[in-house]
This record gives sequence, structure tokens and C-alpha cells, in this order.
Amino acid sequence: MLYTNLKHLETAAGLKKAVSENENVMVICGRMGPMCIPVYGIAEELEKEYKHVKFYDMEFDNPESYIIRSLPEVRGFMGIPFTIYYRDGNVVRATSSIQTMEQVKAILDKEFSAPVKA
Amino acid sequence: MSLENHYDAIVIGAGPAGLTAGIYLSRGRLKTLVVDEGIAGGQMVLTHEIANYPGVESISGYQLSSIMKKQALAFGCEIKTNVPVRNMELDGEIKSIAIADGTVFTADSVIFAPGGRPRTLGVPGEDYFKGRGISYCATCDGDFFTDKEIIVVGGGNSALEEAVSLKKYANKVTVVHQFDHFQAFEHAIGEAAGNPGISFMMESVITGFHGNDQLETVDIKNLSTGEIRNFKTDGAFIFIGYVPNTEFLRGKVKLNRYGEIITANDMSTSVDGVFAAGDSTVKRYRQITTAVSDGTIAALAVSGYLNEMKLRKKQLITH
Repeated sequence: MLYTNLKHLETAAGLKKAVSENENVMVICGRMGPMCIPVYGIAEELEKEYKHVKFYDMEFDNPESYIIRSLPEVRGFMGIPFTIYYRDGNVVRATSSIQTMEQVKAILDKEFSAPVKA
Repeated sequence: MSLENHYDAIVIGAGPAGLTAGIYLSRGRLKTLVVDEGIAGGQMVLTHEIANYPGVESISGYQLSSIMKKQALAFGCEIKTNVPVRNMELDGEIKSIAIADGTVFTADSVIFAPGGRPRTLGVPGEDYFKGRGISYCATCDGDFFTDKEIIVVGGGNSALEEAVSLKKYANKVTVVHQFDHFQAFEHAIGEAAGNPGISFMMESVITGFHGNDQLETVDIKNLSTGEIRNFKTDGAFIFIGYVPNTEFLRGKVKLNRYGEIITANDMSTSVDGVFAAGDSTVKRYRQITTAVSDGTIAALAVSGYLNEMKLRKKQLITH
């Protein structure tokens, strides 16, 4: 079980629904391990700032996460988490292993546009 | 100096030492800001299960971090995470800290608790193949290497224990170590040496990683002959210790030759009004409990320092 403060995706159908109902989606597929936890923490932090992006996590060992593990974009990935960025239902970017806040923000800003400052 | 951005104390680092200092300082009604360039919790957040923290039978590092953060916030402590520190001025009564977006915070005292991070090799290809064959976590990524051949870099307890643990997945494990002997405890050496699937390449270092989408080969240099050999491998796990996150403090406070902050018993550093706590200080045992202890002492010492400062100013006015 992933005990993060992110919204959890339990099924492949749930992921498909989230991706079809939201324009910009980031899904972190991992475990509660040293390489994954910092990425969940970054997503939790960015949720407030990037209101136009929906952030989710999905347990890597859940059989339903085949929907991520079988993506062509993750071929060659040998480190968790697999982090997938979807725009308009399509995968626009995927990363493997730990990422920094700067790396995640750079992808969000490039693929989904930067948040509008009030 | 804007009053809004001025604090009684600024704590750099939101691991167990920094958060504890934040709890004590803000509970003592001192205006406190905790800044961390990563997420709250430091290395504690990465611990799967903590079973030796007194008063708590079993808890994940993630949960314990969340509770410590909540406690600090409840006492009025301000916490800014994922904020890199760019510049600082520590001399004089008023200290200033500038963060990446250019905002400058000032304070009457500072506690440094930046913790440490796993050491990397820093050789060509290491960044590129991270997550594509290079890993720093056996429990995270071990199963990707089932029936494959891998190398483990390092000669301490972690390297040898993880080599044994990774052999459960991999066909063959080769330990690459720069010295002619290991730093690990005898039992760890014995277990690795007694495993027929583990071999050793001593007095050798990695000089480069190569491949296309995935890691395919590594260059290994034999330090006694100088010969560089290209070695086929499916993966590389790197366990070469930790380094203190104190590069930004060089020339600012006194560090020892390992880059650890030198402190007195009250956690004060070489600079007046500047204190330090946790894994980045000179100490023998690095545990959550010892970090919490350091954070407590540093916060109480800051409180004493600020009281003395106030008293001095009062006396100056009276005279």
C-alpha cells in the first residue's frame, strides 16, 4: 500500500478514467522506497501550485499497474518509480528512478505549461 | 531588512534534526523558518520501517516525518521545502539567507542541519544510465535484474550486504572495490565471500558507463596495473557511502577534512549565533534519535543565545 497524501489509482480502469477526464495528468508508479518517496513528496508539494495538473500514484506491485509497466515509453527502464505524464490522454513523457524538483517542474512547464501566478 | 522576512531563527534542513529544532524554537515562541532544498524528513523519509524510535513501536520514516512536520507547523513554525539556498551572510548580529528565487530572509541566529546524501561516482555516463541500469537501491530495483549479471561498487557494509541480497535476483554479482581490503564488518565479508555467485575485483575503479537505451558495459581500471578493461554488465549498484551536504558552507563555518561541521557541546559552530545539528556534524553515530537530540540542544542553545543578546542590548540602552 502506498501511504502518500496523493490520490491513489488502484485499477487500470481507474487510470484510464483519470487520463480521459483530465487534460494534464502525472502518475508516479512506485513503491514506498528511497527512490520513489522523494518523487511523491515533490508531487504533493506541486499539487497546490499546478492546479491544472492532476497528480496520482499507483503501486508498482499491483498487477493492475501492467498498464504502466507495458507502455512502450518505459522500455529500458530499470529503476522505480516510473513517472508518466499524460496530456489529452496520450503519454507525452516518462522518466525512470528518482527525480529532483527542478527536473519535475521542467517537464510540467514544458508539457503542460507553467502555472499562472495570481 | 524587512520585518516580514526577519526571524529569530532560520533552520537550514528539514530532516529530524531541523524539524526538532523547528518544534522547540516555535514552541518557545521564537519566530522560526525551516528551509530545505528537498522534501521534509531528510533521509528519515526513506526508511521503510523505524522500530527503535522510543515511544513508537513501529512507523515508516515517511509517517514519522509527516508527524514531525505537522507538530512544527502547529506551533507556528514556517516550513519551505524544495527551496535551494543560494547565498548567505553569517557574520555580524543579523544573518541573511538568500534562496533560489532571490528572496532574502534575515535572522538573529541560524541552525544548519542539511544532513547527507549517498555518494555518487561522478564518472561519465552515471547520470544518463540512472534508472537504465544504474541504481543506488537494491530493494527498489533488484527485481529488474533477475537472471542478469550485475556489478556492485563499494567495499563497506552496505555494498557487501546488498551484494548478497542482490544475488537472490541476479545470476552473477561482481563486487568492484578500490582498495585491496574491505571496510565492512567480518560477518558481512564472510557472507559475501562465501557466496559462490559473488566474485571480487579489488583495487579497481569504474571510469565510465556505456550503452544505448540501457547500460551495457563499464570501463574498469585496475589501480595497481593501470589497465582499463571494458566489462559487460546488465546493471551497476553503487554503495560508496554518504557525504555531508555542506559544500555551500565551505569558508563560512569551520568544517573538518570530511566536510562535517565542527560543533561544541551546545552545537554552536565557529561563527557566533550559528549552530549546527544532525548528520552533517562531526559525530560517530548517525541515527534519527541522535539527530533529534542535536536539534533539541541546538534549539535550546539558540534560545539562550537570543536571551543573552536581548540582555546585552538592554544593558547598552540602560547605560
